[in-house]
This record gives sequence, C-alpha cells and structure tokens, in this order.
Amino acid sequence: MSAELGHFALILTLLAATVQAWAGFAGARGGREAWMLVAPRAAIMQLGLLFVAGAALIRGFVTSDFSLDVVVANSHIDKPLLYKIAGSWGNHEGSMLMWAFILALYGALFAVFSKRLPIVFRTRVLATQALTSIAFLSFILFTSNPFARSFPAPFEGLGLNPILQDPALAAHPPLLYAGYVGYSLCFSFAIAAMLDRQLSADWSVWVRRWALLAWMFLTAGIALGSFWAYYELGWGGFWFWDPVENASLMPWLAGTAFLHSIKVTARQGHFMRWTVLLAILTFALSLIGTFLVRSGVLTSVHAFANDPARGVYILAIIAVTVGGALALYSRAHFANEAQKSFQLLSRESALLLNNIFLATATATVFIGTLYPLAIDALGLGKISVGPPYYSAVFLPLSAPFFMILPFGPILSWGRGSWDQIRRALAAPLVAAVLAVIVFLSLRAEISLSVLAALFGAMWLILSSVATLLAALDLRRPGLSGRIGLLSPSVWAGNIAHAGIGLMLLGIIGATAWRAEIVVAVAPGDRIELGAYQFVFDAVTQVRGPNYIAERGQITMRDLDGRTKILTPEKRIYNAERSQTTEAAIDVKLSRHIYAVLGEEIDDGRRVIRIWEYPLVAFIWLGALVMVLAGGIGLAGRRR
Amino acid sequence: MTKTSPRRMRAYLILGALVALGLAAFIALTALQDNIVFFRSPSEVAATPPASDRRFRIGGMVQEGSVVRDGLNVEFIVTDFNAAIAVRYSGMLPDLFREGQGVVAEGRLQPNGVFLADNVLAKHDENYMPPEVAEALQKAGKMEVGP
Repeated sequence: MSAELGHFALILTLLAATVQAWAGFAGARGGREAWMLVAPRAAIMQLGLLFVAGAALIRGFVTSDFSLDVVVANSHIDKPLLYKIAGSWGNHEGSMLMWAFILALYGALFAVFSKRLPIVFRTRVLATQALTSIAFLSFILFTSNPFARSFPAPFEGLGLNPILQDPALAAHPPLLYAGYVGYSLCFSFAIAAMLDRQLSADWSVWVRRWALLAWMFLTAGIALGSFWAYYELGWGGFWFWDPVENASLMPWLAGTAFLHSIKVTARQGHFMRWTVLLAILTFALSLIGTFLVRSGVLTSVHAFANDPARGVYILAIIAVTVGGALALYSRAHFANEAQKSFQLLSRESALLLNNIFLATATATVFIGTLYPLAIDALGLGKISVGPPYYSAVFLPLSAPFFMILPFGPILSWGRGSWDQIRRALAAPLVAAVLAVIVFLSLRAEISLSVLAALFGAMWLILSSVATLLAALDLRRPGLSGRIGLLSPSVWAGNIAHAGIGLMLLGIIGATAWRAEIVVAVAPGDRIELGAYQFVFDAVTQVRGPNYIAERGQITMRDLDGRTKILTPEKRIYNAERSQTTEAAIDVKLSRHIYAVLGEEIDDGRRVIRIWEYPLVAFIWLGALVMVLAGGIGLAGRRR
Repeated sequence: MTKTSPRRMRAYLILGALVALGLAAFIALTALQDNIVFFRSPSEVAATPPASDRRFRIGGMVQEGSVVRDGLNVEFIVTDFNAAIAVRYSGMLPDLFREGQGVVAEGRLQPNGVFLADNVLAKHDENYMPPEVAEALQKAGKMEVGP
C-alpha cells in the first residue's frame, strides 16, 4: 500500500511543480504578489511530497516488497540493511527519484533562504526550478516509475550488483547528484537574471553561495567515486578516463570556471555574458552527464537500463532546456558592461586566464567523450578514446595553468603590479625550487616532466600558504583577531589551491613512482617489490553474510623487519551469481601497498598482483581539503 | 606600466583567447588522431588484418576449451563463430573471464596472426554482454536481435 502512496505523492509533486511554474511566471509578469507567494510554498510542498515518495521506496526495499519491480531487480532478502537502503538509489528508477528529491531540496532551501531577495527575481528562480522539476518528474512517471508492480510477485529478488555493495558507493550517488542538481539552481538564477529587463550584476552576488555548495558536493562525489574505483575494482588506479567518470568531470571543470567568473562579475561587473553562459553550460553538462550515465549509451556499472525511450526523453529535456536558455541568452538585454577598466596585469586577467584554461579542458574532455559516440551513431565504426589521449592533452594544458595559478589571489583588482608579485611570490618560488631539489636528492632518477609536475605541486601549496600568511601578517600583534577578520573567500581560495597542489602530489606518486609486480606463486613463495618482501602463505575459504570468499594470506615485511598480514579476497555472491575482487590495502600516508588475489592456475599456483603506490592518499586528501575550503567559504558568507 | 585603453585591452584579450583555443584545438586533434582505438570483430580482422603497429580492440566469445595457461601467460581463442583469432596475454585475468563468455581484448596483431593483448576486459556481471561483442555476434549472424 505504501508504494501506491509513493506513486500518488509523485503525481501530486508534478501538480505542485506545475502550479509553482505557472503562478510564478504569471505572477512575476503581472506583478501580482499573491500569485508570487504561491511559488515558495509550492517549492516546500514539493519537498514534503517527494520525501513521502522516497520514504515509500526505501520502505519497499527494507521490507523486501517483491511486488515492486525495482526491488525484485535490485534487492535480495539476504542483503545487509545498509545496502537494502542504498539499493533504493542504486538503480535507474530510484536514482531518478533521488535526482528529483535533491532538486526539490534545493528549491525548498532557496525558498527558505531567499526572503531578502527582490520578490520578482526570487519568484522567477523558483518558477524556473519548477520547470526542471516538471521535466524530471514526468520523465520518472512516464518512463521510469519506481513504483511499478510486478504480478505475480516472486519470492526472491535478483540482488544488487555486488561491487555496488559498499559504503562509499552508498554515499557516492547522493553527493554527486547534490552537485549536478545544485547547478540547476545556478541555471535558474541565470534565467531569472536574463528575464529581468535591467540585467544587473546583483544576481551573481546572490548565486555565489549556491555555486559553491554545488561545487563542494560535486568535488566530494567525484573524489568518493574515484576512491571507490581504486579500492573496490581491484585494478589499482584512481582515474581511468572512463566516459562515465568524464561525465562528472565536465560539469566540475565548467563549474569551477563558473565559480571563478562569478567572482569577477560580482565584484567588478565584468564578464557578465560569459558568467551567464557558464551557468547555462554547467547545468547543460550536468544534464549531459546524467544522460550519458543513465541512458545506456555507455556501458558500465552505471548503465542500468537499455531502454531507448529513456535516452530519447533525457535528450529531449537537454534540447529544450539548453535550446530555450540559449534562445533567451541571444535576446537578453545585457546592460552596458562595467565601466571600470582593468590592466593586463590584474586579478581580472588572471581569472580570465583561469576560465580560458578550464573551458579548454572542458572542451577536450567533451571531445574525447562524445567523439566515439558520434562516430558510432554515424555508423562509422566503434572506437574508444583512452588515457593516452587525455595525457597528451592535459599535460601541456595543465602545466602553464598551474604555473600562473598563484598569481590570481595576490594581484589587485583592476591594476596589479610586478612589485606585488615579487613581494608575495619570490619566497614560495625559492622554497618550491628547494623542495624539488630535496626530492631530487631522495630519488635516484626523475624525468623532466615529473620534475616539472613536482615543482607545480610545491608551487601551488607553498604559494597558497605564503599568501595566507602574508594576509594574516604574523609580525603584528593581535593575530587571533585577524584570523576571524580575514575574508572567508581569501581563506577558501588559498586553501582550495593548496588542495589542488596536494592532489597533484598524490597523482605524481601514484603514476610516476608506482611499482607493480604480477607473479604466479605457490604457498611459501617469496615476492619482492621495492623495499618490501612478501611471502604468499595460503588461501582459505571464508563465509560472509551474503557471499563466500577465497581469502589469500600474504605476509609483508619491510626493510626494518616489521611484518604485516595482507588478506586479499575473491568473493562469490550467490544471489547475484557474481564475483568480486577485494584488494588488501596497507595504508600509510606515505604509501599504499595494494595486493590482489588472482585466479588459480592448473598447477595449483595462484596469480598475485601487488602495487606500491607512494603518496596516493594525497589525491583524496587534496579533494577533502578542497571540499573543506568550500565549507569555509560557505560558512563565512552567511554573515 | 603605460595605461592601456579598454578597447585595445579587449583586442589583446580576444587575440590571446583565440591563440590559446587554436593551440588547444591543435593539441587535442593531434592527440585524438594518435590515440583512437578501433573495435574489430574477429571476422573483420580475418578479412582485413590491421597493421601490426596499430592498437585496436577485438571482442567476441572465448571459445570453449581454448584457454591454455602457462604460469602468467595465457592463450585463448576469441570467436564470433565465423572467424577466430588467437589471443595471447600475460598477467591477471578479470574476475568474470570464462570460456563461452564475452570478452574484449586490447592490443596489437602480430605478423604471425596472433593478437598480443595488454589489456583484457570482461563484463561486470553475468547478465551483461559488452555491446560491441553483441553487435559483432549479430553481424556474424550468430545471435538473435533483441534483448
């Protein structure tokens, strides 16, 4: 019965969204306040109704209600409770419901926190939000109803793909969606701004915190997905340039560009057209990401369904949304751009360069991801574009980007000076060179590109720290007071830039300094890798809650004679008739040792694969630092 | 520094952006040209064997009884039931590599007609068939169209 309640709540949400859009646009046009006040209430109502729908679906999963199609296809009585709950969004229908729920959450949050904005603008944002809501709700109701019943109900479900039964993956979709969908609000801001006859830069001030919030979630979601792929798939590696990963990277790159261009628009009034365009493009890329991942055009763990109707529907949503927004963009009246001019050497120029680089990076990922699909659609053959393409493109692109990045935060608005650069960046430059020399003396051979990357990482970290220290002015008394007075965006920006440096350090360690060995061994055999010795002891059978596993035991010994036992597993999930590899990872900040148990060979030997990943943890630590930086910026902005 | 007029400033910026974009487009297209990996079915490879310096992917079914292991080295035959290609690989096979199941391998065709793979991909679960493989089998007329 609760499933019918959920279905009914979905239908009511669609009605509420329709009312919100209608009353909002009509009210804003005619200046009717009573109509306009309907919009925020409808937005909150949408959230309440979708909460009911979501709860009904989760209830179906928790109670293993096999009269629901999605539960049959994605759950099983023996599954642990956490994965029953997470299973409710680990499938196409449920994940779309979560998309709609998060959309409503942003709408309701905006309704609550926007009371001080001009009412017409606020109403138009809500009405545009409602249009997106209508598109997705009707998509769910007409093509992907999570509450569809199956009759007669089977006794048992098919289970959830075992590699998805993982705590990180329970959290990955909600975080990622909170990022994607957050850009719907930025999009709505841009639309509402363009509908204004006197388009002013005010909207860019108001949209900043939402853009930051979306960016934080997207960063966290991507990082968590990368971390999951690293430890769960058992292939090593943290980023595979898989189209599914690229689908989330594109809105991140565009969203990062947006985050920087709104700074200029909000502060100086420049780049207005570009900022509006970026808001549209970022949301478009979020939609394209959803399309790529959900339509089944890409094959991966994410491609749940291969129903062409769904793909066509999402494509239609993209076409209408982006087409409509761009039509509006071409006709929008942009007030004269700011009268203030800026010098070539200024923060505006630095942020402009930032945007050129990020936009180019977005375009290269777009080409690499979409080109194979286009070739396939045209019937010209099946191709794939892999890591070599992205390395060839990203190395020359990111090198100059990272070199000039530290100039942005230290240059003045309007007019910077060489003197500023010298004062702020001479010390970190020298320190970064020294750090590289230290690395050079620690490791025997380092290639030139690795040296450059190392310098880049040190340069980013040290210049950010130096900029913060200079802003705090340590020599003057009363430091604790100044810590609070320093603008949160100065904190956030510099900490985030240091985070990129940390991540770069991790990437260097995990790619250039990685060591790997694949061997076939019998019990008692020794394996050597770098400074480590391993002894393969045995393989035993163990039983888990919903799987049986072969567990290998490997004793690891380092140079100092310390030993540690690694237990990689191969699991067989009966319900899903599937097999997974569970890597054993010995974690230290300086390195990970990553061991995988392979198949048995005819003569009884086992294939074992071991990696040493120096510094790899810094990849995700860097991401964490970026998310925290976003949090600081957000918390400070409330005042 | 001399004062730059806004108009000239804008011209500089636009020029700079165009140069950067042109350079990026050039790098991207060159990289794309060098790094595209084509997918070929065993029948296509048999009909027109690609040059031995060209990386590509083949896909099909792992022929029953064809897997021979010798330590880390493994040999098997990939077939679309019209043509078959011998594949040689060294290393750890994916979890779901099985005889009689779909597989995709990436590498180069050697002059002796053996495909030397450096990467073997198998599907994510039992119900899943790589679409390239499904299509290769369909083309060879060995599988009904449909889900």
